[in-house]
Amino acid sequence: MTAAPTSPDSPQTRPRTRRDWLLSDAPQTRRQARLGAIYQGWLTFRANKLAMLGLVILVLLIGMAILAPWIAPQSPYAQNLADRLQPPSAAHWLGTDALGRDILSRLIHGSRITLFIVGTVALIAPIIGLFIGTVAGFAGGWVDQVLMRITDIFLAFPKLILALAFVAALGPSIGNAVLALALTAWPPYARLARAETLTIRNADFIAAARLQGAGRLRLLIGHIWPLCVSSLIVRVALDMAGIILSAAGLGFLGLGAQPPLPEWGAMISDGRAYILDFWWVAAMPGLAIFTVSMAFNLLGDGLRDVLDPKGDKS
Amino acid sequence: MSATDITGTGGPPSPGATPPGRGRPDLAGRRALRRRRARSVAGTILSLALTLLGLLLVTFIIGRVMPIDPVLKVVGDRATQAQYDAAYIAMGLDQPLVVQFLTYIGDVLQGDFGRSISTGQPVSADIARVFPATLELATLGTLIGVVIGVPLGVIAAARRGGIIDQVARVVALVGYSMPIFWLGLMGLLIFYGMLGWVGGPGRQGILYDGMVPNVTGMVLVDSLIAGDWPAFQDAFSHIILPASLLGYYSLAYISRMTRSFMLEQLSQEYITTARVKGLSERAVIWRHALGNIAIPLVTVIALSFGSLLEGSVLTEIIFSWPGLGSYITRGLLSGDMNAVLGGTVVVGACFVVLNLLSDILYRFLDPRST
Amino acid sequence: MTFHLTSRAVLLASALAFAPAAFAETPADTLVVAHTIDDIISLDPAQSFEFSGNDVNNNTYDRLVDFDPLDPEAGFQPSLAVSWEVSEDGLSITFTLREDVTFHSGNPVRAEDAAWSLQRAVKLDKTPAFILTQFGFTADNVDQMITSEGNTLTLTMDKPYAPSFVLNCLTANIASVVDMETVMANEADGDLGNGWLNTNEAGSGAYVLAAWRPNEQVQLTAYEDYWQGAPTMKRVIVRNVAESSAQRLLLEQGDIDVARNLTPTDVESIASVEGVTIQDEPRGRILYMGLNQKDELLSNPAVVEAMKHLVDYEGITNSFLKGQFVTHQSFLPRGYLGALDETPWTYDIEKARQILTDAGIEGGTITTRVRDLREYIDVAQTLQAAMGQVGLTLEIEQMTGAQVLDAYRAREVPIFLGEWGPDYSDPNTNAATFAYNPDNSDEAAAVGLLAWRNAYEVPAEMNEATVAATLEQDTDTRAAMYQDIQRQYQAEAPIVPLFQRIEQVGMGDGVQNWWSGGAISSVMYRQVTKGE
Repeated sequence: MTAAPTSPDSPQTRPRTRRDWLLSDAPQTRRQARLGAIYQGWLTFRANKLAMLGLVILVLLIGMAILAPWIAPQSPYAQNLADRLQPPSAAHWLGTDALGRDILSRLIHGSRITLFIVGTVALIAPIIGLFIGTVAGFAGGWVDQVLMRITDIFLAFPKLILALAFVAALGPSIGNAVLALALTAWPPYARLARAETLTIRNADFIAAARLQGAGRLRLLIGHIWPLCVSSLIVRVALDMAGIILSAAGLGFLGLGAQPPLPEWGAMISDGRAYILDFWWVAAMPGLAIFTVSMAFNLLGDGLRDVLDPKGDKS
Repeated sequence: MSATDITGTGGPPSPGATPPGRGRPDLAGRRALRRRRARSVAGTILSLALTLLGLLLVTFIIGRVMPIDPVLKVVGDRATQAQYDAAYIAMGLDQPLVVQFLTYIGDVLQGDFGRSISTGQPVSADIARVFPATLELATLGTLIGVVIGVPLGVIAAARRGGIIDQVARVVALVGYSMPIFWLGLMGLLIFYGMLGWVGGPGRQGILYDGMVPNVTGMVLVDSLIAGDWPAFQDAFSHIILPASLLGYYSLAYISRMTRSFMLEQLSQEYITTARVKGLSERAVIWRHALGNIAIPLVTVIALSFGSLLEGSVLTEIIFSWPGLGSYITRGLLSGDMNAVLGGTVVVGACFVVLNLLSDILYRFLDPRST
Repeated sequence: MTFHLTSRAVLLASALAFAPAAFAETPADTLVVAHTIDDIISLDPAQSFEFSGNDVNNNTYDRLVDFDPLDPEAGFQPSLAVSWEVSEDGLSITFTLREDVTFHSGNPVRAEDAAWSLQRAVKLDKTPAFILTQFGFTADNVDQMITSEGNTLTLTMDKPYAPSFVLNCLTANIASVVDMETVMANEADGDLGNGWLNTNEAGSGAYVLAAWRPNEQVQLTAYEDYWQGAPTMKRVIVRNVAESSAQRLLLEQGDIDVARNLTPTDVESIASVEGVTIQDEPRGRILYMGLNQKDELLSNPAVVEAMKHLVDYEGITNSFLKGQFVTHQSFLPRGYLGALDETPWTYDIEKARQILTDAGIEGGTITTRVRDLREYIDVAQTLQAAMGQVGLTLEIEQMTGAQVLDAYRAREVPIFLGEWGPDYSDPNTNAATFAYNPDNSDEAAAVGLLAWRNAYEVPAEMNEATVAATLEQDTDTRAAMYQDIQRQYQAEAPIVPLFQRIEQVGMGDGVQNWWSGGAISSVMYRQVTKGE
């Protein structure tokens, strides 16, 4: 996104349609250039049918989460012991669980939990990683040594076991599951951010900024962070599916959301005892997890093509 | 570049930390690698030892803040205060934390990992029992991943955009999106419960359990050594499903990586030259191109192996596999910190050693690295 | 699915090649049992206090008195002791021991071994030691209080306890007779052989411990010289199988003879499978609800009363606990002396609401911790739903058993849902923990008493009645005393017994005479046969 020369926006040069304006070879404002770049990205993205599929699924998921109370046929908590373990039918499209709760309604409400976990982890982990990585790369010396050593220690830990340990130490709840996942997810971001920092810290424009008297902190926040963000975003997009699977794994082990919350991993765990005769209890939430993490994967691939064209286009 | 690189276990992204198969090892990793080659092996080993020590310290601290009382696990619910206190002192918990940690490190250096409170046996004996189970599972899983994944990746690259490429892509995509514990459950339901094709949970049928003399601790190997064919068949029928599952994840990663390495090679000039010289397409692809990606591929396989070693926790739980993952998890949930510490050290050491090996491979075998 | 595409070939090939070997019938003289045995941490009878450890010891050791697995109703019977006599003053009991019984080592079983075994248990003072020390034995006096002479052994106690109380306690695992010479040969650092016995065995029981691999399996082989005759099953293999569904599949495939942890749904579907029978056996464990009196809301008697009507007893025992539990609202399980069958409470939302309204309680929120076992969580969730209907909000935190127990012992669980298993086969085992709490202060730290854990200040007369019942020499009067205590308990206590555990054992058709130990004991294998 290089800065375009600014010139008065005269009516004569304004292209006829908005599309043409966006795709103009000679953008006349910084804003036009930026919007144009975004639009170009969107066109690339839109051409990728699978990525679009992922996007559509995720939009539907978000819609479902927002509208959950209105579109769920029943309360996700309403028990009916007389009606337990019913197979999928007109009354219960996806059947009922061991306490006679409607599985569809629980899945719909559960989408909120899934989105909450993924969203929060995807926000926290990269920020921790960005901070540690850039500080290490920029400061160098012993600061770098110490920070990278810590990163290594966390990397050498079996990831799920580390998350398990955190939750076991903090007590099981959604909040702690998010924290544990974030604490185990940051090291790769730190590595990435550090590597990016190393490539740019000696760049001319940094030197220029330094000469102009910019402080270290200002260099870090004002110049280095923005340049690391785009590669981190690609990485986050690609990691989203992994976060969903890890969160479901914690829920499956009883260390995520607590009952009666309809967390999908916990629902599979609930259904495990009934798997032989009442397969739908475990199968349905599993399919939900699969669908959503697949959507994130598709979206991530699409985003990578747009934001990181150097990367592997497969 | 001025900064000293001490990433140590760096290089290609660890699959444990990254969802496997995300494109090629990132550029930064390569740069780090090249720099690191200059460093001495001794320095590497020292930094690895530091990593392990840090790993122990973190685990130790987690164990101490854990809201589970290990003493209670030992003496049981009905113990009197006096009995409780006696056990508390016997376990050394009355010492200051620093002393406890140093004592522990000292013991570990002498090969003593302490006693597990949930099995009542030395942790080293427990690990000697459970680690081969995990090793066996991860090895077979990786084998499946390599045997299917490498050819799949090669063909996908050779016929880019073709049917095989599409299939490989979908296989990988599904692999990254599927909760492994769910797939395991469904696999058990279908292949064991409904079809009866494979053995059920556990490593062996009950009647074969303990019948084969223990040499390596890996049942498949031991039964072959003993020449006990039925025991081998039995063990195989039990391991094949969990190993296939792990193998699937490994193959998703390996096939993607192979494909992208191959694409890089196939665009190089020497390939064009070879083609011009009239070499058959088969020779070009399978001998020249594949030969040239052997080293990065071995690294990928090693890392994938490492990730199966440490990443099989959920699979082990689903399949009642008496391996290291379920041992650590069980220890964690019952406050059995000696077990957790011992297990974590082993896993961490595996991770570190595999990284070291791939490092050395690069350093000594890669012709470009000199 | 693509997964099938890629690995189907492998699976298919393996299935064709390997199917015949994988599924075989168990041999006629071998009993294969699937059970969760991951709780074993010691096999020393002086230390072991876990269900599965006791299951092993019950078969590898003998005791002075024991239950007859073919007629457990008859109560304790002569075993290594052929007869016993209570002194006039009721302070001592003298046992005469059977001759010609040998330990697995070949050493003879002598009164000296029996006396030493009891002394050893008292001196080691491990967790179950209270079963013996409650009769006034201490490490210092036990050598004088328990003595042997020739083939007789004499116990001298500090009070004239009810003989049924003492003898019931002698059926407990801690009273197992161990082989003194073998054990002392393996002593280290004055541990009385504790370290060695943790993983080895030195008994005279019907089975010899062949192998124990923690969390994996226990193997027993028949002791051919057993004094009651060598058992029919020459080998017993107990395999740790945690999942009910896995146990069920193993049973259906004929890979095991007995499955001990089947869930109600698995029992239901396996019951119709040919070649499989289900045997119901009431066990001693009581699933109860402890309402912590430190909680402001729960300390209101009206709330306690209302809670008793918010448990859907029938709904629960007819659905997810079906066959595994029966409604049981008193603290002594069926099968115990003085057990009470009365069930005063029913599920009645309206009544509960009325009680709360009358007491002027608008509503409230309680956050509690529940062990992450399916059954407890499900009970907690139904309770949660019922409480919601009368304006009480229940927040549930799932935790591991160890975490919940820690909090419970610290009096920090507002509503405890879990099981209590009796420690020995005498009614005092439950009375002394449910209905006895002489000092309710935090400083008393009576962590072993359920009443204390729930901060329940037991009325003085109930404390006294509980003590008096241990001294009553007449057994029928004793039973009546326990029934009175339980009625009073039902009327006022904030600890609410809900259900009694039923063990539903899935067995291959041929298996005969299986006994899991009933309410009072542990499993016994020596009488089991496998006909065709």
